[in-house]
Formats: sequence, structure tokens, C-alpha cells
Amino acid sequence: MLELIVNDKPVKADKGEMLLSVLRRQGIDIPTLCHVEGLTPTGACRLCVVEVEGQSGLVPSCACQVYNGMKVKTHTNRLIEARRTLLELIMSSHPDDCLYCQRRDTCELLELASKLGIKERRYKSVRSNPSLDISSPSIVRDPSKCILCGRCVRVCEEIQGVGAIDFIGRGSDCSVGTAFNEGLNTSSCVNCGQCITACPVGALTEARHINRVLNAMSNPELTIVVQHAPAVSVTLGEMYNLPSAADVQGVMIAGLRKAGFDFVFDTGFSADLTIMEEASELVSRISNGGVLPMMTSCSPAWVKFVEQYYPEMIPSLSTCKSPMQMLGAITKSWWAEKNKLDKSKIFSVAVMPCTAKKFEASRPEMGIGIPDIDAVLTTRELYDLFNIKGVKPFELKPMNNDNPFGQRSTAGKLFGATGGVMEAAIRTAHFLITGENMKNPVITELRDMTGIKEARVKIGELEIGVAVASGLSNARKLLDEIKMGRKDIHFIEIMSCPGGCIGGGGQPYGTDFESVRNRMSLLYKIDKEETVKYSHENQSISELYRDFLGKPLSGKSHTLLHTEYMNRVVMK
Amino acid sequence: MSNISLTDILKEFRDPARDSLIPILQREQQQRGFISKEAMIVIGEKLNLPVSKVYGVASFYNQFRFNAPGLHQIQVCRGTACHVKGSSTVLDSLEMDVGCKSGETSKDGLFSIEVVACVGACSLAPVVVVDGEFHAGMDSTKMRKINKTLRKVHNAER
Ligand code: SF4
Ligand code: SF4
Ligand code: FES
Repeated sequence: MLELIVNDKPVKADKGEMLLSVLRRQGIDIPTLCHVEGLTPTGACRLCVVEVEGQSGLVPSCACQVYNGMKVKTHTNRLIEARRTLLELIMSSHPDDCLYCQRRDTCELLELASKLGIKERRYKSVRSNPSLDISSPSIVRDPSKCILCGRCVRVCEEIQGVGAIDFIGRGSDCSVGTAFNEGLNTSSCVNCGQCITACPVGALTEARHINRVLNAMSNPELTIVVQHAPAVSVTLGEMYNLPSAADVQGVMIAGLRKAGFDFVFDTGFSADLTIMEEASELVSRISNGGVLPMMTSCSPAWVKFVEQYYPEMIPSLSTCKSPMQMLGAITKSWWAEKNKLDKSKIFSVAVMPCTAKKFEASRPEMGIGIPDIDAVLTTRELYDLFNIKGVKPFELKPMNNDNPFGQRSTAGKLFGATGGVMEAAIRTAHFLITGENMKNPVITELRDMTGIKEARVKIGELEIGVAVASGLSNARKLLDEIKMGRKDIHFIEIMSCPGGCIGGGGQPYGTDFESVRNRMSLLYKIDKEETVKYSHENQSISELYRDFLGKPLSGKSHTLLHTEYMNRVVMK
Repeated sequence: MSNISLTDILKEFRDPARDSLIPILQREQQQRGFISKEAMIVIGEKLNLPVSKVYGVASFYNQFRFNAPGLHQIQVCRGTACHVKGSSTVLDSLEMDVGCKSGETSKDGLFSIEVVACVGACSLAPVVVVDGEFHAGMDSTKMRKINKTLRKVHNAER
């Protein structure tokens, strides 16, 4: 235990702690722009400066370790003036585009400007700005708004192990960009969107599909269906500043109807369907000597990651499409036939916590002739759509999803959290192999925010090794171990984003560890409280197999629900 | 001078890691006069670095060029004295005339333009150095004349 003197008061701290975290724990308000909890501090913005006795210059507290007897001042006039000047300089080269900016209501730069009381323009400067990059199906980059904090660069490299972007050039010509300043679409970017939720300003956003949806809604010939992913209903409430986070599925469904969707389906239904196919695939691989370990395939950024970095491991990827794509495919086949609808007159929308889903929906394999999914909205876009349509979900009476794709088990809901697909799959694999349900369906070792989790699971006589990772740099560690010859792992679940889909790149800006953990506990609560906990006990799933698909891994399943991958050459 | 290939350059570095990046880039530029995209990709693979990082580092330093140098190398001085005497106009019209920006090579491969900080000949401002030869008191017309001559010589030789 160390003791510091902060603003003349004694303060305790642990050895190795950064000064910024100690100050924040004391409730002292220190402005920051480049700091991200858990990532390497760079001291790029210098807004977090403090005075430390014995040091003549100002010290960035985010990059400074505490020591015993350290004497710190946080709000002297010199500091206040320095922070304001720094911020004014950052603002001086930022475009005055706030009126039209996506981040109008969530911009950290604007927030700081008002917090530090900046009311007049003292500096003016021009920066040469590279142009807008709209080449990616998922991400839009507007370097003119970039304040060079480097958060995106560090997230992409340290959390995702990708490094698609970096600082290019220097001085007034410096910008954040890809190798050779080419489009994001030819880079190693996997479309995860983690850089978007990390960005403090409007330099990074998703490729928006709201207009596609609005246009479809105004076409009377079209039937508009929407599906919502498990992570969305446990997140949306935060955007309405609910006092405590809650699952808002009922009012969200009511909102979707009011916004103009004709049918509201639950991606949790097709998560159950995915489990039926995937658990069967696992059982078949184990009993027929297929390629092991088997790896999940529902996270499209992860799939692209394998295609470009580990093409030799493509045979390990489950051939199952993701739940979103499965539901899209079933909607435009079985459901269309059943309801005597022309499948080309169905407009299928998916609300996802994810930006990579936009890329996935655009993959040519995802649809026969016409795409399975026509538009993907992020959780953030759903919030915007509600506003545009004047929908106030919390003033509506809760409603249920439409059948037959409205039923889901809690296993399907668990897909939203890292480890959830694994738990759901083991529940059903257990049933497929032993004919009985597990005594206790919860696998505690797989239930937290840890980046890599492992467990040995007993299914009857069989014992299998399973591993779960979220964040692609964790996935990389795991894959490298497998490549080095580890043989004790049979089934691997990877989610690209830390914590799983609930921490996805389409989730609210500024999503952090705490918010992801809250969303996670909501999912576990649902699993605890509801009664249907097994994908194979979802009645609508049984009906779908009885009526149409036959059995898991049938010919029809293969045409509609399974897919293939490619060795992808990118600039990496 | 026979050029050493990038493969051989990489062999000169035992267990190359991040800190070998700049020396490798320098070696490569020394051998070929510039660093190609392909070279950066290979270097990134070898050092286990994303190519964005290789490009990021390379683009930070003025010393690195990313285009094969043109047959004729034109350096425009943008030092203070030259600036005051209008070197930016010279540069603008030069870029227009040959059809590429500074740091680039013209499509026909004849010219490459570079901006330099100060060539130490301020009394001759604005100065342009063409293939090592100093030209004093430059303006757009003089610049175009030089280019025209170079083009003529080149076409005659063909
Ligand atoms: S979307 Fe993901 S992979 Fe692409 S640049 Fe952003 S963080 Fe990197
Ligand atoms: S794009 Fe955003 S996160 Fe990345 S450096 Fe610029 S301001 Fe920071
Ligand atoms: S937050 Fe410390 S330097 Fe930016």
C-alpha cells in the first residue's frame, strides 16, 4: 500500500497503479480523450495532466505510475489553463460540422468543451485531411473529424490483434489510415466495429442502412420483416437512460411494430436452430472422425479473421450459417411458401449489436439468387429509427414476437454473451448423445468476462475439452496453441468482441467493461428465470423440422442453413 | 552496381524484430531508391507486424520514398527565402505541368518531384535542383522551359 498526497489530502493507492485511476477513484474529475481502460497509455492528448511536486513539467496522469509520498495537484490555475489550451488546439482543426454529425449527442469533444467552459475561438488552424472512406460494407471513416487520439488504433491492434489502421505520416499531415492509405475494404479490417465504439468523436461510424429500411417501408408491395438479436433487448434500455439496465424486449417489439415492421421475429429462435445444426455437426464430427476441434461460425468478423489469417484452419469452422442468416434463409423459403408470399417481395431486416453483420449479409454465399437479409441495423441505428419514426417504446404496451419465429429457449438468448453458444450447444449435444438433459445446464467456468475460458465437460461416457474466447487477440492465442499441437480441445467458441455480442461494435458508443457485464448478468437472469432452457425443447423448432427441414444436417438444411468459406487475400 | 534483393537484405538481419524495421527500410531504399508496396508487405510478414504499421513508420520519415524515382529528379526548395520569393507557385505549376504531386513520379516515369527544406543557396531563391544541378531565380515559365528541354532530349533519344 502506498500513500500519496493529492490536493493536500492523503490518499491510498496500490503499487503499480496509474495515477489517473487513483484520482478517479477519489471522485476527482480529470478530463481525458486518448485514455482507454485496459489499453497501453500513450499520453497523446495530454488533457489528463497534473502537477507532481519535484517535476517541472506537467505530467500526464494516465501514463504515470504512482509512488510512495507522491504529491499531486489536480486543479491549479496553471493546469486549468493548460487543459483548456490543449482542448482549444484540438478543436481548432476540427470541422464545425456538429449540426450534421452522428455524434451530436454523444461526442466526447463537445462534452469536454462544455465542461471546460470553452466559449470562444482563440485559434484557427487547417489540417490537410484525407477524404471520407466509404469503401467498407460496415464502417465509414471520416478522417477530417479525427482528433488523433489513437484509441481505434490501439483497440484494433491490442484487443482485436488485427492492426488494420495506424498513424500515417506526421505533423499536420498525420492521419489515421490503412496501409498505403487505401480503402478499408481491401485492408485486413474484419468489420468488427470495436474502433467505432472506442472513438470519442464522429470520425468512425457504421455504414448506415436506415434509408434502405425507410425506402422499403414506403413500398406497399413489400412485406417488411425484422429480427432482433439476443443482445439488443438487454442493451437498448441504456440508450433511454433507464435508471437501472433492464431487458426491454416487450416494449422494443411494440416499438418495432409501431415503426412499421409487419412481422417481428426473434433471432433467438434461429439461435436454437443453429444449435440443432451445430450440436449435430459436433456429434457427427466426433463420432465419424471429422475435423476437430470444431469452431463456431456465428461471429462474422471472426469468420473473416480465420479466412485471412488462418486459412489452413477453415475446415475446423462449423459450416453452419449464423443465426441471422439462418432466419433470413428460412424466412424467404419456408415462411414465404407457408404464407403464399413471393420471396422477392419480402424485405428482411436484422437488428444486430454488430457492424460485421452488414458485411456478412453482403457475402454472395448468403442467399440463393436474392440476399437472405436485405438490411442490417445496429442497436444504435434502431434507436435512431425509433426517433425518426416518433416511436417512444417506453410509452407502449409490451408485446410478443410473431410466430413461428417468436419462440426461443433461454439457450438461444445466451448467444449474446461470450460462452453462451458453447453452453447452449453442450446442452443439446448432451441430449443428442445421452437422450437426457443435463442435471445442471449451467457451466459456471464459461460464465464471465475472462478473455479465454476452458472447461472439461462430461457427456455421458464421453469427456470433451472446450474453450471459449472473446476479443480476436485472445482467439489468436488460442489458435496458435492449437497450431502448435494442442489436442485436448474439441470444441471452440469464438466471439470477436470482448464479452461477446453484448460488447459488439454496433452497441452504444462508449460501451465499456461495466456496461458489458451488466448486459451479461441480464442474460443470465433470463436463463435462470425462464423455463424452456434447451434449444431442442423449442416447440417451433420441432415444427420446422417436422414440416420442412426433416432432420438436422438434412439436404434441405445443407442448402439453406450451411455455407462455405474462402481463403481471403487482404493487405495484412 | 548490382542490387541486393530484399530476401537477401532480410537475411542480413538475424532474428529481425520490431527494432530492425527502420534499418531494413533504409537498406531497401538504398538498394532500389524507393520502397514498394510489395516490399512493405514482405517486411511486415517477416517482422510479424501489420503492414499498416510498416507503412505508418515509413511514412513518418521524410527520407522514405514510395515511388520508383523518375528519370529526372526535381527538387523544389521550400525553405524560408525560397518561400518568400514564391517557390509555392513554382511548385504548383510544376506539379500541374508534369502531372504528379511532390513525393510522386509522373505517369511516364520521366519526372519525380520532391520538396526539400533548404538547399543552402538562399541568395539564388527560389531554387530548383534538377538532377543535382542548381537553377536560380526560378519561376513557372523557366520551370516549364527546363521540363520541355528534358522531354525533347528524351524523345530524340528514343
Ligand atoms: S472494424 Fe475492427 S478490424 Fe476493422 S479497423 Fe475497426 S477495430 Fe480494426
Ligand atoms: S478515428 Fe476516432 S478513435 Fe481513431 S484516432 Fe481518430 S478520433 Fe481517435
Ligand atoms: S488521457 Fe492522458 S494523455 Fe490523453
